[in-house]
Amino acid sequence: MSNASQSTPGLNLTRVPDVGSAPIGSAAEIRLAQLWETAPGWRGWLSTVDHKEIGIRYLVTAFIFLLMGGTEALIMRLQLARPDQTLLTPEQYSQLFTMHGITMIFLYSAPMLSGFSNYLWPLMLGSRDMAFPRLNAISYWFFLFAGIFLYASFPLGQAPNAGWFDYVPFAGLDYNTGPNIDVYALGMVLLGISTTVGSINFIVTLFRTRAPGMSINRVPIIVWGTFTASVANVFAIPSVSLVFFLLWLDRQTGTHFFDVVNGGKPMLWQHLFWMFGHPWVYAVVLPAMGIVSEALPTFCRRPLVGYSAVALSTMATMLLGFGVWIHHMFATGLPALALSFFGAASMVISIPSAVAVFAWIATIWLGRPVFKTPFLYFAGFVFLFVVGGLSGVMTAAVPLDFQLNETYFVVAHLHYVLIGINVFPVVGGIYYWFPKFFGRMMNETLGKWSFWVMFIGFNLGFFPMHLSGLLGMPRRIYTYAPNMGWNTVNMITTLGSFIFAAGILIFLANVFISLKRGAIAHSNPWDAPTLEWAIPSPPPAYNFTVIPFVASRHPLWEDRLDEGSGRSILDKGYLLMEGRETIGTTPLDAKPDIILKMPGDSYAPFLLALSTSLAFAGLLLHWRDFTALMSLACTLSLTAWMWPSKALVQCVPDINQDKGAAHG
Amino acid sequence: MAEAMQTDQALPVGSKGKLSSGWWGMLALIATEASLFGYLLFAYFYLASQTEQHWPPDGLPNLLVPCLNTLILLASSISIWASERCIKRNRLRWSFALMAITFALGVRFVVIQLNEWSKKTYDMTTNLYGSLYFTITGFHLLHVIVGLIIVMMLLLWIALGYFDDRRHAAITIGGLYWQFVNAVWLFEFTSLYLLPYLY
Amino acid sequence: MKDSAFRFCNRAAVKCAFILIALTAAPVSAALAENGIAPLNYFLHSYGPASTPAMYLGWVLVALLLIILAVITLLLIRAVFRKRSSEETLIIKGEAQGMRWIYIGTAISTGILFSLAIYSLVTLNIIARPAQPPALTLTVTGYDWWWKVEYEDDDPARRFVTANEIHIPVGQAVLVKLKSADVIHAFWAPALAGKTQMIPGLINQKWLQADTEGVYRGQCTQYCGVQHAHMGLEIVAQNTADFRKWQDAQRKTAAMVSAFDVDAGRNLFLDRCAGCHTIRGTGAVGAHAPDLTHLKSRRLIAAGRLTNTPEHLAEWITHAQELKPGARMPSMALTAAEISGLSAFLSTLN
Repeated sequence: MSNASQSTPGLNLTRVPDVGSAPIGSAAEIRLAQLWETAPGWRGWLSTVDHKEIGIRYLVTAFIFLLMGGTEALIMRLQLARPDQTLLTPEQYSQLFTMHGITMIFLYSAPMLSGFSNYLWPLMLGSRDMAFPRLNAISYWFFLFAGIFLYASFPLGQAPNAGWFDYVPFAGLDYNTGPNIDVYALGMVLLGISTTVGSINFIVTLFRTRAPGMSINRVPIIVWGTFTASVANVFAIPSVSLVFFLLWLDRQTGTHFFDVVNGGKPMLWQHLFWMFGHPWVYAVVLPAMGIVSEALPTFCRRPLVGYSAVALSTMATMLLGFGVWIHHMFATGLPALALSFFGAASMVISIPSAVAVFAWIATIWLGRPVFKTPFLYFAGFVFLFVVGGLSGVMTAAVPLDFQLNETYFVVAHLHYVLIGINVFPVVGGIYYWFPKFFGRMMNETLGKWSFWVMFIGFNLGFFPMHLSGLLGMPRRIYTYAPNMGWNTVNMITTLGSFIFAAGILIFLANVFISLKRGAIAHSNPWDAPTLEWAIPSPPPAYNFTVIPFVASRHPLWEDRLDEGSGRSILDKGYLLMEGRETIGTTPLDAKPDIILKMPGDSYAPFLLALSTSLAFAGLLLHWRDFTALMSLACTLSLTAWMWPSKALVQCVPDINQDKGAAHG
Repeated sequence: MAEAMQTDQALPVGSKGKLSSGWWGMLALIATEASLFGYLLFAYFYLASQTEQHWPPDGLPNLLVPCLNTLILLASSISIWASERCIKRNRLRWSFALMAITFALGVRFVVIQLNEWSKKTYDMTTNLYGSLYFTITGFHLLHVIVGLIIVMMLLLWIALGYFDDRRHAAITIGGLYWQFVNAVWLFEFTSLYLLPYLY
Repeated sequence: MKDSAFRFCNRAAVKCAFILIALTAAPVSAALAENGIAPLNYFLHSYGPASTPAMYLGWVLVALLLIILAVITLLLIRAVFRKRSSEETLIIKGEAQGMRWIYIGTAISTGILFSLAIYSLVTLNIIARPAQPPALTLTVTGYDWWWKVEYEDDDPARRFVTANEIHIPVGQAVLVKLKSADVIHAFWAPALAGKTQMIPGLINQKWLQADTEGVYRGQCTQYCGVQHAHMGLEIVAQNTADFRKWQDAQRKTAAMVSAFDVDAGRNLFLDRCAGCHTIRGTGAVGAHAPDLTHLKSRRLIAAGRLTNTPEHLAEWITHAQELKPGARMPSMALTAAEISGLSAFLSTLN
């Protein structure tokens, strides 16, 4: 009650925000903590909109999916270790490689990066939360439910089995009668909602909730990776959601989009799938490259070389990334002219990557490397990035790709891209931000062991795949004859993959040990330059006691940078404590232009995500009434969510309250 | 440093028009929805260009009713725009009335469109064209219905006195969505009804 | 100080180089040592004008990219371990420094990439169509999980159908039309040409040519279902005379040998197998499975799964579902007498 009366002044339509400082333990700081902290227990767990909590959930959930996908891969590697093995039936093998792909590409790689961005963005941008805290919560719930949905048929032995790109007509009803493909189709639409609302949230957050003074050329470089990926998702996700929906229509209502007999075209699937698929590749690597561009300079004791060049190359990569989808379809019999164009474009897309590589090497060269575990991961990443990039150039050469396409060479390439450019930065990033997340340092000895075991295991496991590809081994075969010349390479690959898995386990052990016994971390253990390191580890619920004023790209290094730059002000700024509030700033110059009222914790995201997911389950199971009921529940929870709130000043406050405020 | 730290400046509080996060969120939502319709029309043109079937299968579409329906949607674009203009000038009754007209026009569009559907000699499963026609117009109709729910809520909220000239972000944002849905129809109308006359 | 830094640098460089060399060299040599040469490789050998230019392109790319990889790796190692002067460590260097790295690196990369793009487009142009118009046209249709092969001819009587084994005349371009009867497959005989998808509702074309007599392995390379792994084929390149002889033999209907067990086997075949298989000249006209008119003449059975020996054939007929689980061919429960009769009959299909 007292809370409500206190927050009444916040209902003014305009006000001059108070400026001041609020050291830890001051009355203002205690009030902020009260305003922002989530209720304890399951209520808080279901209703929280704290971006840090959501970020950690993303990271943990995605990592669990990584372990699941990894286990699937290890089982497949056992099957392939020697020729003519019968550990798995062909159908089991098909389901395993399909689920491995779905898990790693959709449920691990992008959500993992969303986890980092969710956790870090408001802290780096100097805000108290994301632009849409409830949307943030719902994107996590949708991700979780879509993950469960996609795995729902796995225990029944009915998992999707047509490969992660799910080509029709094999994925059509004529050749795949089970519920598996419907699970995949509807699950992807559900996951698409999660990714889309998450991306919208990142875009608006970048444009609207930066700290005053953080003009667009001062945002931390990692932000450009996630921002670019988010913009790409906004334009690319509809393609995959649509194509899976059309497939579901074909299967369940008898439409003819992919039905060859009635004029449907299997090629439509390939076009729409890869129009999404290629930008998606960049969506799962650009933010990870951002992690490296962000954290590597900390360990080189100097700023990143070529900030603008790297930011621009990130965006250029994505722009070109929308124009190269045909290179997944070089073997479909398209005319040579089209192949020439897309082949050349696929080579050109390596140019922005070269910018990034030389920026990283120059940063290391000109800096003074500190050999901590994260640095090892980032330096190792640069090597793997180059291998993955160069093998990509080979697949862009059209005549050679006629041979390489659908062989293990492509498998090697995509694993260098997805593990080298995603997993290594992600694990390095966890080592780097772990003290911020949990207030404890990770163990260095175990850290170095985990890096070397992972690095050696990975190269031992995946480099020979290039060779099995050059020796003609097709992908997605469940076994091979002993006289094909692939025996040794496969045995080495299997050994390497288990060594790599051991490295992941060492890392995991390190996480658990460090959570309990790691050295206590202070606010900036790595002596890093960005805003998230200016606040305690782990950060308080409200992030910043006062909204900082930012005057450079490296607010915490300003005293030591030899180039004179502005001086940021971190201990004095907007207090904004009349309810949950943060400052809204102009998109380019970051001048304050509004006081944004932030919503409190709410069950609506959980309920809306749950009812939508249940509606999808109803569609899958053909429970019409149930689906209708759940759609109604969606509409109602959405209406409740959108209902203009006086507390958030979405509608005009009552005259009485206005008077009350004036009197109070 | 002081130059950007003008801390004495009074700032608006809460969801104010185009400064609200919701406005930006709607712009991003429209970008993704527009892509969705773009991909739908890509599918239509791709399949139309590859088909050996007669296209459209029952001959050129009759334009009279669809044209009329298009005009209805365009009229609703104007009315919802005018409704927002009125709320900006604090003419609440006018705003309500114009929003009600928008709702009525939207409902009229839906009724006419459903009637058009029922007159077709094919359905979604008859042939490829039918699958495309009903999916594309169906996606749009679904968006119109969502738009109608939004317009209905806006009506209710205006009636409850939630908005005046100072705070009405919901109307601005909802109006933008409605304009988008209508713009989509212009593309669909051109692609499905007008272009067949050209080839 | 200096020494230890250098030693560290060297040690790391040696370590990395060793890993790289071991990773490349060991499997290559092991793979080459085992069983001669991998039959599906296209990187060590190729035997026709549709594949050789691509192989050279591959060599150039691999050599060039390995050099680039080595240079960048050395730069990276040196960047990490190079000796730093002992300046004031607390001063952090400015951002503007080091842009030359990006300018020079990107300029060189751009130059290389443009040259490679041009080289690959030239190669594409070379292999896009044969120098002489194709002398022979055949249609290959992908089925789950085997290949139907139709030899075209202006004279319908001279057309014939076979399966899983393609014979071509050496030194001549062959046009292959690619169709699919069910899902997407991809036709790939790497020593002769790159792969092309077989897409239902579409007819793709490719050409290939063998300049050396020999047997070339092919394989489906688009995942097409459970037995995708066992969808192989062979291309036999023969001199023109042998090829003509083979064609003439294939055009004939099955020879009518009459013997007690052959007749029993034939009847069993007509009873149990004719629903799917065709044997021209008999009542067996099934269209769901390979044409077996000249089964005995083929080198392999079950789309490359087994060599064509009487024992393998009997095993395949009785245990198809163990050899290719999920294949359309059922495991037939036959008595010993039935098997010997069927074997006797099938061995007449020269």
